[in-house]
Amino acid sequence: MHLVCPAGSPPALQAAIDNGADAVYVGFRDQTNARAFPGLNFTEVDLVNGIAYAHGRGRKVYVALNTYPGPAGLGAWRAAVDRAASLGVDAIICADMGVLDYAARRHPGLARHLSVQGSATTHAALRYYRERFGIARAVLPRVLSIQQVERLCEREIVPLEVFAFGSLCIMVEGRCQLSSYVTGASPNRHGVCSPAKFVRWDEEPDGVRRVSLNGRLIDRFAPHEPAGYPTVCKGRYAVGGETFHALEEPTSLNTLELLPRLQAAGVVALKIEGRQRGQAYVASVTNVWRQAIDRLRTRPQGWSPDAAWQRELARHAEGHQTTLGPYHRSWH
Amino acid sequence: MRLTLGPLQYFWPREQVLAFYRAAAAWPVDVIYLGETVCSKRRELRTRDWIALAEELAGSGREIVLSTLALLEAESEMSSLARLVDAGFRVEANDMSAVQLLRERGLPFIGGPTLNVYNHATLRLLREDGLQRLVLGIEHGRALVEEFRASGEPLPELEITAWGRLPLAYSARCFTARALDLAKDDCGFRCLEHPDGLPLASREGTPFLTINGIQVQTSGRCDLGPELAELRAAGIGLLRLYPQAAGMAEVIERFRRAIDSGVAPARAGEENGYWHGTAGMQCVTSP
Repeated sequence: MHLVCPAGSPPALQAAIDNGADAVYVGFRDQTNARAFPGLNFTEVDLVNGIAYAHGRGRKVYVALNTYPGPAGLGAWRAAVDRAASLGVDAIICADMGVLDYAARRHPGLARHLSVQGSATTHAALRYYRERFGIARAVLPRVLSIQQVERLCEREIVPLEVFAFGSLCIMVEGRCQLSSYVTGASPNRHGVCSPAKFVRWDEEPDGVRRVSLNGRLIDRFAPHEPAGYPTVCKGRYAVGGETFHALEEPTSLNTLELLPRLQAAGVVALKIEGRQRGQAYVASVTNVWRQAIDRLRTRPQGWSPDAAWQRELARHAEGHQTTLGPYHRSWH
Repeated sequence: MRLTLGPLQYFWPREQVLAFYRAAAAWPVDVIYLGETVCSKRRELRTRDWIALAEELAGSGREIVLSTLALLEAESEMSSLARLVDAGFRVEANDMSAVQLLRERGLPFIGGPTLNVYNHATLRLLREDGLQRLVLGIEHGRALVEEFRASGEPLPELEITAWGRLPLAYSARCFTARALDLAKDDCGFRCLEHPDGLPLASREGTPFLTINGIQVQTSGRCDLGPELAELRAAGIGLLRLYPQAAGMAEVIERFRRAIDSGVAPARAGEENGYWHGTAGMQCVTSP
């Protein structure tokens, strides 16, 4: 089982490799990837150096080109595919069918992974992408239970990668227009969710902080209450006379305890979320998962997650809470 | 320009659904989309009942289309999908599983709004697969249609949502069950109590979203009636109106009159931002 780790910057890439990532995934510094944040991502020179660093240690580099270009933007996405191919990356991660088709025709030798943004949740959808674009791997959306993941693996349509740890998108990836509805900026088209330029914090005289997104109130926090980043899905709202996290509380996905089942199912790769996170996060989370995977390989009998590993992961989780999310049937 | 009645997004009691569609058979719409697109646990009408309803309405002179689930997770949902695809009606494919089944059978289809068709290259691939009509994704507006035309690619029929609460997101979680503190697997079918969804407001009481089971919708209703001339000029061939619990006949009548007379109606809904290339929640008033 390969460990695929995020790298939003050259130091994060190095941290991931040094701590045992089998592969890192990165993005170019533009809207061709789903973490198009200011100050994040790789220039061409950064990527040349990063690939040399990874390949020198026998690891792989994937480039995420997983946003959806409009007709006028298609040329830029195709150019990004060409750039990734010419730099010698090991795979590209794509969602848009037009981009996948171009890559399959122009660079048949470059491995194509279906991004989580491609929203493929069934064997039929996976067959479509394999037959149409010859994908080498698919990343599953965070909507399936562990049993459903196991059943998809049994079909052996295409090797599968699943999310192991990180911020939890509560909605089917590639199908969420909450950010777009409020700000006009969407993950699919612009590679951003609830961008910072629309966020406004106001402090009231009593110390209560209000946070709004493009003028729409997302949450209010008491003076000492911890406050997370205001994505629409993690705000508190009034429903039926109660105010609560109606869609999702700030929490992170953590599937560490499912590791033996994921391995037994035949999942080929585990993805750590977080290209927007710093070097320290990448180093620490990669390190924990490396140890966990290695111990499962060398001493599978009676494997269970170390309490120290779980503590370390919780430290990096949103709101310091973790969940098995949709992998677990009783999640609601 | 034709009018379409989009698939029912809410969960209504069986008798209410049947009464709604009996009435719809007499409404001045050209196309009726039938089927459960949100949650497979909603079984007031089972797959076979939707197919039977389609057969019943086929004699009404309307084009009848069966719409598929937007998010499939379980094997049982794949079986229902196969039954819909094989029922002999045109199908609106709302995810790539449906596209694959239709393509394998060589059947033409309608691409639903959750397919993620953002450019002409994708559109060409889907046309090769059998796509004959595209329902534009909800965040698509005038600019995308213009860019499609400028690409020179032959275009299928284009349908746009002109009325109703827009579906914004889908999840493995049921937000209605969560709001009522129930487990999804033991939800008690409480969506039945919310025939137009469950309103969600900001902490200061501003209406914001609508919870509809595993789906999140807008609170305000999209209304592109006042944009009629622009829609026509852009080559939009079909206007989709989403069912609501009350007043649907009036909604349809308003659009019918507008199309027949060529006179755009006064604004009745709250939002049109996506058509104008801005945040969907906004309302752009034309100069």
